[in-house]
Amino acid sequence: MDLNKKYTPQSWPDHPETATMEGKNKFIGFWLLLAAETVTFASLFATYLALKDKGPSGMEFAASNLFELPLVFAMTMILLTSSLTSVYAMYHMKNHNFKAMQAWLGITVLLGATFLGLEIYEFNHYVHLGFGYTHSAFSAAFYTLVGTHGAHVLFGLCWFIALMVRNSKRGLNMYNAPKFYLVSLYWHFIDVVWVFIFTVVYLMGVIG
Amino acid sequence: MSSIAQKKGFGAAMWDYLTTVDHKKIAHLYLASGGIFFLIGGIEAMLIRIQLMKAGNDFLSAGTYNEVLTMHGTTMIFLAAMPILLAFMNAIMPLQIGARDVAFPFLNSLGFWLFFFGGVFLNLSWFLGGAPDAGWTNYASLAIASEGHGIDFYALGLTISGFGTLISGINFLVTIINMRAPGMTYMRMPLFTWTTFVASALILLAFPPLTVGVFFMVFDRMFGANFFDVTMGGNTIIWEHLFWIFGHPEVYILILPAFGIFSEIFAIFSRKRLFGYTALVFATILIGFYGFMVWAHHMFTVGLGPTANAVFALATMIIAVPTGVKIFNWLLTIWGGSISFTTPMMYAIGFIPSFVAGGVTGVMQAIAPLDYQLHDSYFIVAHFHYVIVGGVVLAILAATHLYWPKMFGTMLSEKLGKWTFWLFFIGFHLTFFIQHFLGLMGMPRRVYTFGADQGWDLFNAISSVGAVFMAAGVIILLVNVVMTSIKNERVGNDPWGDGRTLEWAIASPPPFYNFAQTPLVRGLDTFWIEKMEGNKEGMVYAEPLEEIHMPNGSFVPVVMSFGLFVASFGALYNMDGDKGWTIPVIIIGLAITFGSMLFRSLKDDLGFHISKEELMRDVKGGKSDGLK
Repeated sequence: MDLNKKYTPQSWPDHPETATMEGKNKFIGFWLLLAAETVTFASLFATYLALKDKGPSGMEFAASNLFELPLVFAMTMILLTSSLTSVYAMYHMKNHNFKAMQAWLGITVLLGATFLGLEIYEFNHYVHLGFGYTHSAFSAAFYTLVGTHGAHVLFGLCWFIALMVRNSKRGLNMYNAPKFYLVSLYWHFIDVVWVFIFTVVYLMGVIG
Repeated sequence: MSSIAQKKGFGAAMWDYLTTVDHKKIAHLYLASGGIFFLIGGIEAMLIRIQLMKAGNDFLSAGTYNEVLTMHGTTMIFLAAMPILLAFMNAIMPLQIGARDVAFPFLNSLGFWLFFFGGVFLNLSWFLGGAPDAGWTNYASLAIASEGHGIDFYALGLTISGFGTLISGINFLVTIINMRAPGMTYMRMPLFTWTTFVASALILLAFPPLTVGVFFMVFDRMFGANFFDVTMGGNTIIWEHLFWIFGHPEVYILILPAFGIFSEIFAIFSRKRLFGYTALVFATILIGFYGFMVWAHHMFTVGLGPTANAVFALATMIIAVPTGVKIFNWLLTIWGGSISFTTPMMYAIGFIPSFVAGGVTGVMQAIAPLDYQLHDSYFIVAHFHYVIVGGVVLAILAATHLYWPKMFGTMLSEKLGKWTFWLFFIGFHLTFFIQHFLGLMGMPRRVYTFGADQGWDLFNAISSVGAVFMAAGVIILLVNVVMTSIKNERVGNDPWGDGRTLEWAIASPPPFYNFAQTPLVRGLDTFWIEKMEGNKEGMVYAEPLEEIHMPNGSFVPVVMSFGLFVASFGALYNMDGDKGWTIPVIIIGLAITFGSMLFRSLKDDLGFHISKEELMRDVKGGKSDGLK
């Protein structure tokens, strides 16, 4: 593969992420990794549901009196929007418009970081209420499920930033286009997991 | 890098193996380290049999016995059987589909080194305060209360090596989906490739629950989480579910490649096309599918209720059907064939009655009410050794003989091979057949000793004698390997003379770029088709001789895995709460891992090309295949 080959929007393939053998392999391999990630989160969800509201006898915390929807709803909207902005970034990637892609990726990162900041604030709030990690089986299951998602968000942000910085000078080529595509795929996956967390943990939690 | 053979010093050869991304060399690494772990697990088995040789023996203390027993199971499953099968998958599967290499050569190397460091970490527990002692299933109710760091070695070691296995699984899946040679449709793939494919899919979906369960265990012990602490609202059954949602598919991850190996052997040495190829493929897929629906048959006595038990009992009985289909296909492949009784074929023929016996006792246990009687007795021990030794280990030994020439370019001695077979086969049945009756007589599994008045002396003594036979068989195999390596008589492409699939159409061992020209596959058993049509060139090729693109070697996988190894020590001793150095060690270890991940991601690695001239030289010199 020639990294110095210059592309124009006309000569740039429709699907640069799968235009090379390496790209095709990465594309399928990454979808398979997401399958494994799905099973991981499924295990965490199952554990959470089994241990929801379970704790030492006389525990005062329950999902119905702990969670508050306004903040979580704001977090949900921010993360969903960041998924949309990463779609815009990929749209510009496919049109070989590097600057626009970087700009939309930048917005995605800002939104993701905001989400993460709010999540840290939320956890901090619960800990101050006395609902720490070692408080009960419920707290352990809650923090492990939501925290694993948060760790994925953090990893995704680092990945975005690393790719943006590394390629800032040289633009798009057939070698890095699949990489940008995969990180955006990863970002959508994180988003989908959050939709389930919002539903299963928060909405169903508040209902009781 | 050059394909011209050159004498290299020891250091250069070491460096070559540390940085290799070549699937054939990674196969050597898997075989060597899996083989060493197999010997360690075997020594542990011998210690168990010495302890149980007579009533009231005090060769091992009760605590040490628990450690030996746990490490025997864990080592054999995770560090011996799986890696050795991965060795053959790596060595043979890409050749069988005519691929240049696996889809992700770098990840292939990373998978190996993660497994290696995980295995070393687990075994270091012997020297650092005691091995895990809660059985290979590590049930939370036992493990949470275990003193010392044994359980932590188990949890962290399996996490690291589990990541490695997951990576290998994804790699093989993508390789088989994307890298098949022209004409190699799914329904022309050799059975070993098919079983590798399905086993890899099982790895992909079965390892995450284990990782999650093991993380819960680590969090409980390290951060004071309460997943398994009943007084804090926890539930130890969650561990059992997560473990067996992994653990049952794991059995099929082991046995399916074994089925693949035997399918190859039956066809080659009966000199016949595999009977019912399509049925075998669909039976493989069905077994993989049902494999995820039967996990609770390990938990009949937990008290999940009659409905759950009935459902899982039925599902378990259904899974015997595709397995039975396979047995009949193999028998009908042999039927009317022109059989040659080579060592691999002896193992294959020995495998059928042994595995059927293991399968029948399995169906017995699927009957939930009967399982209440059999559960946790030596009957279970006998059953799973019939499946794992009678199936997986016989396949591993058979494949060692079958593929040794392809991997190393020289044949193992057939005479010594048959000695190994008879000693191991007789020893295996002597050891484990009688354990069925010990179980029926009431001997519970995992006990470190028994009383003279219980009437179990004679059968246990017979069982221990059998173990000596198996050990003798393995020692002869080692002698065989050493003698063969010293003699080093080189062999050609098709040393057994009856190879049917693509791996036998290439030099033994193959050049590092595999086929100089990608072959064209014209049907099932494609090499056999060419032989029958008298093709002097060996194969028909799908492309002219062109320069070949190859990946660069890399030392990064070793560094990345080593970082996790270091971090694990920090995490392990951090639980003591009185050591200041543990947090920095965790940080340094993770920094090494993520730093090398970043390095890998940001540094362009475009590989290199082998020129057409160099390939022509190899082809003319007979080192490579291709149009002469």
